[in-house]
Amino acid sequence: MSAIIVLTAVSLAQFMLAAAMAIASIRMFRGPRAQDRIIGLDTLYINAMLLLVTFGIGTGRVIYFEAALVIGMLGFVATVALAKFLMRGEVIE
Amino acid sequence: MMHSAADIPLWAAVVVAFFLLVGASLTLIGAIGFLRLPTFYERIHAPTLGTSWGIGGIMLASMIFFSIASSRPVLHEILIGIFVTVTTPVTFMLLARAALHRDRAERNGNVPEKQGSSEEAEPDSVPSA
Amino acid sequence: MLPYPLLTLSLIIMWMLLNGFTLGHFVLGAVVAVFASWSMASLRPDKPKLRKWHLLPKLFGIVLYDIVRSNLAVASVILKGRPEGHTSGFLAVPLEMEDRTALAFLAIILTSTPGSAWLEYDSGDRTVLLHVLDVIDEDQWIEMIKSRYEKLLMEIFE
Repeated sequence: MSAIIVLTAVSLAQFMLAAAMAIASIRMFRGPRAQDRIIGLDTLYINAMLLLVTFGIGTGRVIYFEAALVIGMLGFVATVALAKFLMRGEVIE
Repeated sequence: MMHSAADIPLWAAVVVAFFLLVGASLTLIGAIGFLRLPTFYERIHAPTLGTSWGIGGIMLASMIFFSIASSRPVLHEILIGIFVTVTTPVTFMLLARAALHRDRAERNGNVPEKQGSSEEAEPDSVPSA
Repeated sequence: MLPYPLLTLSLIIMWMLLNGFTLGHFVLGAVVAVFASWSMASLRPDKPKLRKWHLLPKLFGIVLYDIVRSNLAVASVILKGRPEGHTSGFLAVPLEMEDRTALAFLAIILTSTPGSAWLEYDSGDRTVLLHVLDVIDEDQWIEMIKSRYEKLLMEIFE
């Protein structure tokens, strides 16, 4: 019984997160401004991270957590570099 | 190391499912708002739904699930939570400042002028409430 | 020996959360944390002064409550649209505090709360420009920020 509840919730959550990722990529492709695209990318990687954590709950493996942590750390650096580029026109001053 | 969802008691399964669904639906609502809201400055509010309680709900679900399934406290998800809570405001602030900078340079939209600057403020660029 | 005890402690805790709570990982994590805090000291950042750290849990409680509340508010704005008479707009808030750590805390609190975003801070006239999604009365917002967060942050820092 508890397996059914958890697995149904995991599937529903994965469906919603995938929909959120699709919406974020629509905004990323449509723009209209560069800032919108970057926030779309930011939302996309955060949702991918959450999706990995739900995969971890669904399969019961801890290894997905580490993948999520790496995505979270690298995605932040990428977004900051892109934002810095928009502000100044160069990443490293 | 694998843990099956059948190992945990019923109340824990309900709690895990609740937090998972709350987190995922808030993330989805945030994404919908990100698509629907009309201006950039309104749009930056929407993804913070996903980065506050979206992350919080799913990390809580994962923490409760693994703690009960392996019958020892598993708290490392809190690291992702702290990390995202501290870093997302940085990126959003940088992006918002980049947008402000560009709007002021191009003089589009009704963006408030730089505060305390000696330049003459355009009458139409006064902050509109 | 230990220039940043709080940083060292949190690095050890992070190491043990990632690797497991054993004596061996405590020793290894402590070595890593001590070296990391020495390299932090050679960068010479401003040292934050925590004056009343026992008020920090109160701050976290208030922020957690506000995040839950504004999550619901922003979700209803997105799904149902804004109620009559509410607008979104820019808000210039004059601040009294100058401590950099306190300002960073306020920026993180305001931006990670859905519905308000920190745009820029001017250290010249000490005002901050915010963007608020759902505002009825500007003065009420400013009053809320000043009485709810700024007073507490000023008590904790500086």
